[in-house]
Amino acid sequence: MHDMSAHAAQHGAPTSFIRKHVFSLDHKVIGKQYYALALIAAVVGMFLSWLMRIHLGWGNFAIPGLHLLSSTGAPGNVMTPEYYLQLMTMHGTIMVFFVLTTAPFAAFGNFFLPIQTGAEDMPFPHFNMMSFWVTFVAFVVMVAAFFVPDGPSLGGWTQYAPLSAVGAVGGPGQGLGVVLWAASIGIFCIGQLLGSLNFITTTLDMRCKGMSLMRLPLSAWGWFITSMMGLTAFAVLMPACILLILDHVAGTSFFVASNLVINGQILPHSGGSTLLWQHLFWFFGHPEVYIAIVPGMGIVSHVLITNMRRPMLSHRVLIYSMGALAVLSYMVYGHHMFVSGMNPVSAIAFSFPTLVITIPSTIVVLIWLGSLYGSKLRINSASLFSLGFISMFISGGVSGFFLAQPSLDIMLHATYFVVGHFHLVMGVAAMFGIFAGTYFWFPKMTGRMMNETLGRVHFWLSFVGAYCIFMPFHYLGMAGNVRRYQAFTDDYLIPLIPVHKFITVAALVTGFVQLIFIYNLIYSRFKGPVAPSDNPWEGTSLEWSTATPPPHNNFGDKMPVVYHDPYQYSVEGASADYIMQTSPEKLTNPHEEK
Amino acid sequence: MAKLFAVTIVLIAIASAIPIVMHTWPLPQDISIHGHLIDEQFADTMAEAGISFLASQLLLAFFIWKFSSPKPGDKIKSFPGGSMGLVVAAFLLVGTEVLALGVFGAKAWGSVYLTAPAADAVQIQAQAGQFAFYFRYPGPDGKFGPIHADQINEANANFFGIDTTHDQDSKDDIVTAEMAIPVNREIHLLMHSKDVGHSFYVPELRVQQDFVPGLDVSLHFTATKVGKYEIVCTQLCGLGHYNMKAYLEVKSQEDYDAWIKQQAALQ
Repeated sequence: MHDMSAHAAQHGAPTSFIRKHVFSLDHKVIGKQYYALALIAAVVGMFLSWLMRIHLGWGNFAIPGLHLLSSTGAPGNVMTPEYYLQLMTMHGTIMVFFVLTTAPFAAFGNFFLPIQTGAEDMPFPHFNMMSFWVTFVAFVVMVAAFFVPDGPSLGGWTQYAPLSAVGAVGGPGQGLGVVLWAASIGIFCIGQLLGSLNFITTTLDMRCKGMSLMRLPLSAWGWFITSMMGLTAFAVLMPACILLILDHVAGTSFFVASNLVINGQILPHSGGSTLLWQHLFWFFGHPEVYIAIVPGMGIVSHVLITNMRRPMLSHRVLIYSMGALAVLSYMVYGHHMFVSGMNPVSAIAFSFPTLVITIPSTIVVLIWLGSLYGSKLRINSASLFSLGFISMFISGGVSGFFLAQPSLDIMLHATYFVVGHFHLVMGVAAMFGIFAGTYFWFPKMTGRMMNETLGRVHFWLSFVGAYCIFMPFHYLGMAGNVRRYQAFTDDYLIPLIPVHKFITVAALVTGFVQLIFIYNLIYSRFKGPVAPSDNPWEGTSLEWSTATPPPHNNFGDKMPVVYHDPYQYSVEGASADYIMQTSPEKLTNPHEEK
Repeated sequence: MAKLFAVTIVLIAIASAIPIVMHTWPLPQDISIHGHLIDEQFADTMAEAGISFLASQLLLAFFIWKFSSPKPGDKIKSFPGGSMGLVVAAFLLVGTEVLALGVFGAKAWGSVYLTAPAADAVQIQAQAGQFAFYFRYPGPDGKFGPIHADQINEANANFFGIDTTHDQDSKDDIVTAEMAIPVNREIHLLMHSKDVGHSFYVPELRVQQDFVPGLDVSLHFTATKVGKYEIVCTQLCGLGHYNMKAYLEVKSQEDYDAWIKQQAALQ
């Protein structure tokens, strides 16, 4: 553990505007910057999904003003087939990287991990500042693809080779669009590597006196486990992106085989491997699913405990289960490739760990449910979104039973069943984790309270809306509805179009509901009632024992000393309903995590 | 509020299950010899996933209903059996469930992918390119001539790059835009991509397999019902991906023989 005094003067409070608000070294400002970036990205991503859904429901509908976004992609305001794919690629990429990775991990983790560990900042503040700004640059590079001739790539967020590697001959956006995509993601990886390095070091080396690893709250464990995944997964994706760029600009053939013919011309490539990209991408891609969801698991556990007024049935079992998910996530990636042409024996080898990963997932859900039993549950926006997270995680998780099996993947691969699965389990669930964290920590981050009524309206409409959108995706997939189609012209798909129209209406309504959240967030930031105390939810962890918002070095003059395991709620014989980690009160019957 | 939420979860869980129980959107009909293994596996998995889904959602709803309005003085209760009970339950119940699914599922998978095609299987080559499928039959000699990438020319309908002048084996090859196969005969499909990744998906046939540029993949299956079905591409291949399709006609042996003769005459 770390002696805080050695770092007390690590970097002084900033005095200039630029150091304070732009190139800040303060992890709390960096966390807010990440949050703002994720919010902008989420609005862009959601807007793109609206355009896609309108097109899928009513293909010839002229969307007013769409030609302003791209005159060639939407002549007469009606989307072309290729423009649909370009918007789809950008929707997936922006949501997965710049929202689901950025908000639950980088935004909340930056703000709260140092505080929950009892540190005055991250150990490498300059790296931390860089991690945000390179992520910002990555976002600018990604969005810049909308403004280049031919527009963004149409190859999907997975960018399968060789379509992604052959250049402009592959279709609109497959030249410069792909280069910008790969450059953006490569830069994004640098940000994540720097961030992960900081998170790991903060957790291992910056804990305050008395803060053993098992005394860390579950949210801190979520970020810590995620940072270890981030360090290894993004380290694979970054070189893959570099190789992809080289195939475009340096005449290499990492991902393009010999003798491929497009438009009657043999491509000037030879000797590359189509499947190499898939192996590299999914070696990152499957851990990425857990990079998106494990921070959410930690956040909702933390929020729920505070609102259940009890610790989880087992702190340690939850931590081990999240760790098992992280380790197994590297062994299961081949389930994305069952019908890719990979050796069919390896499909079975990848199938078993994929099935086994349901065991730690089930344990996590059972611990949540078992902890709800006999609790004293408080209902508020944060706890509603946490409970909604559990419901979504269950619904998205059970479809994993199907997709883990190669024999069923024959039917379901590349259908809307897969789209429904990942949207529920990593999309909606992770978003609910972000919302839970926002409603819960907003007072600590800003010093003001969000409007509870609007929060509940936001929850109800989002919960029902998300099910209306994503549950029918499964039914479509079972009927063989292929994904990534801009229109459904096949005889057997035409009867499914009414289901798509229903989904489109649900998506538009649920999307508009998110504006309530954005209004609540922005209004409350400036005009919301001042937080009634430093600890409005009566929590026990270190973020609630410091000022609101926390001072530059998090704890002011007196660095914290931790006396208890993190969640001392409803302890028999204690002086209050909750005993904070910093309280020196001796407990005769504490909740212990041995 | 909490009780309403609990009721909502129950209603959503039931509403989600109704289309499954009522078979509102059933799996497409099965026309393959191996499909019943997949369908049985699907039904078993649906039963297990369905029970897990309903049980978990209903428990979540019940606990929210029951424990959200504590009275002053209520004490925290521990779940019977505690965390160890739940861990053991997860290992035993889910562990057994996934092991069984894995073992039986591997059998279904093996029936398609881990068996060799019969020596007398009907050989057909499929070529995928942006944005069409083409099929080649080897003709009376039973051999496919080589593909010459530099001779692929759609303008003169040489989709496979066949050199009938120099390659003896190519002279009797038959190239078609639709795929016809005889019913109840095993088909050995040799899959070649000319440009980017594509996929061969016939839901009724219970087969899906990617075309891998640079790596020819083979697949074998037997159709059991005469009829016309759609072959669709499921691997994003470019702007015309949604429209990349062909028809599969499963014919009686006599009709198939007549069709092959007719196609040979058209070459």
